[in-house]
Amino acid sequence: MSELATISAVRDAVAAKKTSAREVATDYFKRIAARNGELNAYLTLCEERAFRQADRVDAMVATGKALPPLAGVPIAVKDVISTRGVRSTCGSKILTNYIPPYDATAITRLEAAGAVILGKTNCDEFAMGSSNENSAYGAVQNPAARGCVPGGSSGGSAAAVAADLAVASLGTDTGGSIRQPGSFCGIPAMMGSYGRVSRYGLIAFASSLDRIGPFAHNVADVASIMKILAGRDPNDSTSTTAPVEDYSATLGKPVQGMKIGIPKEYFGAGIDSGVREKVTAGIELLRKQGCDVREIQMPHTDYAIATYYIIATAEASSNLARYDGVRYGPRVEGDSLIAMYRKTRGAGFGPEVKRRIVLGTYVLSAGYYDAYYLKGQKVRALIAEDFRKAFAQVDAIITPTSPVPPFKLGERVDDPLQMYLADIYTVTGSLAGLPGISVPCGRIGGKLPVGLQIIGPAFGEARVLQLAHAFEQAGGATL
Amino acid sequence: MKISREDVLRVAELAYLELSEAELEKYRAQIDEILEYIGKLNELDTTNVQPMAQVLTDDQTADATLREDLVVPCAVADEVLHHASDAEPPYFRVPKVIER
Repeated sequence: MSELATISAVRDAVAAKKTSAREVATDYFKRIAARNGELNAYLTLCEERAFRQADRVDAMVATGKALPPLAGVPIAVKDVISTRGVRSTCGSKILTNYIPPYDATAITRLEAAGAVILGKTNCDEFAMGSSNENSAYGAVQNPAARGCVPGGSSGGSAAAVAADLAVASLGTDTGGSIRQPGSFCGIPAMMGSYGRVSRYGLIAFASSLDRIGPFAHNVADVASIMKILAGRDPNDSTSTTAPVEDYSATLGKPVQGMKIGIPKEYFGAGIDSGVREKVTAGIELLRKQGCDVREIQMPHTDYAIATYYIIATAEASSNLARYDGVRYGPRVEGDSLIAMYRKTRGAGFGPEVKRRIVLGTYVLSAGYYDAYYLKGQKVRALIAEDFRKAFAQVDAIITPTSPVPPFKLGERVDDPLQMYLADIYTVTGSLAGLPGISVPCGRIGGKLPVGLQIIGPAFGEARVLQLAHAFEQAGGATL
Repeated sequence: MKISREDVLRVAELAYLELSEAELEKYRAQIDEILEYIGKLNELDTTNVQPMAQVLTDDQTADATLREDLVVPCAVADEVLHHASDAEPPYFRVPKVIER
């Protein structure tokens, strides 16, 4: 880690005039220039915007104004989140020249808190993927495990933080796309409850599942950013009015007596033995902190992937209907309007997106709707019910984030079903709308990072962060 | 076989998505395998289960669903049209839809 790699380090140094926000940004851009060629974490840099914001922070320091919580903190943003005037491609050719005319609420909030947005990060096309290999702009290298994928779909955001090319970053999670790359790159990564963070300006993949959340070097920074992102936004009718707790204030409170549920279904067939060993050690560590660990049952876990890939693709097929060559993106001419649509979409979308549009359209089509989409919605209710019952007995649930450690680039690209199955431990919390965090839980053979997932009840972000922080402070990352 | 070549063609037509011959067969086989896997949901009896369309309850979004109908400035038309591949402000231009 660099010297100025955490929020407090940057903010304190800027406030004490040991450095300036402009110097910090300059330093980060230098590092990006040196390393991005090899990592491919950033797709677009926005120096002008970054320096304008840095100068604003420096002016506040000069005039002795109270500094906002993220003053001068360099942050990277996944390319599916809209940034006014800054190209946002969603990792797709179909938006290769798209420049949003407005900022996402998450961006507005970060900048109002003094953050300096450095640029946009690589991701799987329209956030569809678990390895970042579905980007139209090339794969991303995992800085924590060379030759391996960084995870996906927010692979660039995870890699940028892990490689010290940003203090923190924003990703999006639909079925695991924040937590799994956090796990693969060895850093904490969080998704709040559905409705906790506004989705306004998040370019939609699956609207009932999509969430924005942070990556950072430590849990305290994750908590600080969650606090800024969370809360009601009139521009997103699904953002809730539930009060936002002071997440940072709960960090450090004892976790003694906290009831932790371990679902045995998450440790069955398909889990890598190294992952099992590390996560088991992680659970022991929490037991030593005084947590009351008990086994629980989540009987519908095995149906989650099938359910997720119905719901997510159905919603995607509808959301992606807007890419038609009329309002944005390159157009491929055709003899008729319909021919133009077909050719534009055929040329603009990559293989995984096409596969999901076909599958999603199929499960919604006449004659198949009841058998697939409606069935999926019903099993989704059963999965949510599993969690509801579990949280009547325990305060938090602990599982591995991913059944496997980071895998080699190229290893799984030709087998979509195998790729989907690796999302097994993250899609459940997505379907149920619950908050989840992945925290570093040691490295297999001292090399491949493992993540421990903590899932909380709806709007239980404070408890999830408190537990994650206790785990981190107890040495979870070095197990 | 869960999904035929004709099914994929029909669905691609519904989605206005042009697929090459190679894509058609590749996706058919892959989606067939995925649907085969999805078939495991039939092990569950869901006769009396209410489908879940979204996770939030009404009381979590009650005052979120309706707001006052106020006019607010939104002057982005020029920016939006500027990035379209074929625009003649204030319009987007498309191939002719109606014959006359």
